Amino acid sequence: MSSVATDGGSPTTASPPPRTRMDLTHKVRPGEAVIKGLLRLAAAASVLTTVGIVVSLIRPAVDFFRAVPVTEFLTGTSWSPNLAPQSFGVLPLVGGTLVTTVIGLLIAVPLGLGTAMYLSEYARPATRRRLKPILELLAGVPSVVYGFFALSFITPTVLKSWFGLEVGFTNALAAGVVLGIMIIPTVASLSEDAMSAVPHALRQGSFAMGANRMQTTLRVVFPAAISGIAAAVVLGLSRAVGETMIVALAAGSQPNLSIDPREGMQTMTGFMATTAGGENPVGSVSYNTLFAVGLLLFCITLVVNLLSIALVRRLREEY
Amino acid sequence: MASIGTLARSGVRTGGRSHESNPASLVFLCLLWFSLAFGLLVLLALVVDTFVEGVGRLDGDLFTRYNSTVREETTGARAAILGTAWLMATTAVLAIPMGIAAALYFEEFADKRRWYNRLLEVNLQNLAAVPSVIYGLLAVAIMALLGFSNEGIVLGGAIALALLILPVIIITTREAVRAVPREIRDGSLALGATQWQTTWKQTLPSAVPGIATGTIIALSRAIGEAAPLLMLGVPLGILQDPNGVLSTFTALPLQIFQWTSQSQDAYKVAAAAAIIVLLAMVLLLNGLAIIIRNKFQRRW
Repeated sequence: MSSVATDGGSPTTASPPPRTRMDLTHKVRPGEAVIKGLLRLAAAASVLTTVGIVVSLIRPAVDFFRAVPVTEFLTGTSWSPNLAPQSFGVLPLVGGTLVTTVIGLLIAVPLGLGTAMYLSEYARPATRRRLKPILELLAGVPSVVYGFFALSFITPTVLKSWFGLEVGFTNALAAGVVLGIMIIPTVASLSEDAMSAVPHALRQGSFAMGANRMQTTLRVVFPAAISGIAAAVVLGLSRAVGETMIVALAAGSQPNLSIDPREGMQTMTGFMATTAGGENPVGSVSYNTLFAVGLLLFCITLVVNLLSIALVRRLREEY
Repeated sequence: MASIGTLARSGVRTGGRSHESNPASLVFLCLLWFSLAFGLLVLLALVVDTFVEGVGRLDGDLFTRYNSTVREETTGARAAILGTAWLMATTAVLAIPMGIAAALYFEEFADKRRWYNRLLEVNLQNLAAVPSVIYGLLAVAIMALLGFSNEGIVLGGAIALALLILPVIIITTREAVRAVPREIRDGSLALGATQWQTTWKQTLPSAVPGIATGTIIALSRAIGEAAPLLMLGVPLGILQDPNGVLSTFTALPLQIFQWTSQSQDAYKVAAAAAIIVLLAMVLLLNGLAIIIRNKFQRRW
């Protein structure tokens, strides 16, 4: 399912037909031109979506930045848009996002890679066919359900009882752990695609030199698939940064510029979830904060996504 | 390709077995097993934890009563379940034709070497990874543009979710269409069919199982989304059934979010029961997709 979402590591690219092939399609009919136009319109709608996102975020954000200077927004260390004295420094929210995302990646990268290595290098095809749908199910669990799981199981049972940690009811650690669990399938699925795309001759060469399966996996397949694996990790990062319901429920609603994951902290998306449900009048500065934070979030994920896409491109060119 | 790889791999397996038994590689294998088992165990823990907590409230009241702020023991998700049904139907109507049309253009008609078509492709891959909460803000703007003063209606939610799953539908449809062999198209064209006749009567029918699988999985993702609906300001306390695309509504994931945020234990139990209903819906859709994939997908 996650592999589907990006078209990323899939090695099956349709190659353009060879030059010598006769072009059978050259037949101009007026009715067909209309149909083709309609199809093109549907395809162009995806561009309109991007333009729409940018415009709908920028217009209220511009209003916001008329009231609050950009530098104050980006470098301020206090975030209190609804309570007097108001202050609009976004760093505490960015810090919250950073802490939960890093915890998520610490969970998802090793476990996702381990899963991918097993499925690609060790599992028999029948085992893989049976395990992949279950993994996809893990990706299909709605995020609000993961949020509930963090509050009802991870914090009270795992963190407090099993590990004996002094954590609050909402804390960044539980939110980060569950974020990590949520993105394991993303990392695993795309990394597996990348490793499966490594030509078989490389493995056979390694085995012929006397290397065992672990050495082949770690020193031959892994380096050969590294750009695809990096793309998978980067995409997982993008998912974690943009995830809303888990952090809205489990990370807390107190902006907090701290790196102690046992404390509650609000993330960018968590703030958006709380504010949208609140009572701010449309057009007010505190309502427009929603779009300013949304714009920042969109810019961050855009950079991360483009990085991921570029990494996948590199992978495709290699073989 | 997979079968060739498997053959080669199993050939190597017998040859290299003696080297597999040194301690380091056994530890490594155990670590891999652990990472695989971790995901499965978490899934199990999630299902068991929710089931134990919520199974007691999986009663008639949950399905027939509206959400109540006073009688928390018998609060229900009737409006939310019906709202989710309306929302999904509207989303499917908006997203599926559009997604398939766009995918057909990309795969059958677009010249991939043109710079703007490459740009469309990068754009699509980025859209697939834009946070869902952003689509909520986009839908707010679209609803304001269309002149609706109340954004928290079925149409607004459906626009947000349709735009959210459109890239997924386009990408899976393209993969399904791409898997149809060239020879089928060439045969049709050689018999005098035009390009559109070929696409409509040969390529598309052959790709239907793949398209159906991808579309159902996309819908199963949309059914659990709460963040975009939250941005639309969908009201949480709805005490009537939705009766059209322009009526206010609430949805199951939002109801779960609201109940989870309450401090009373009775609401937590109700949330767990509602999660069981939501998970059952997701599971049903995924199961349907897997059945279609295994039964009807043609391999060439």
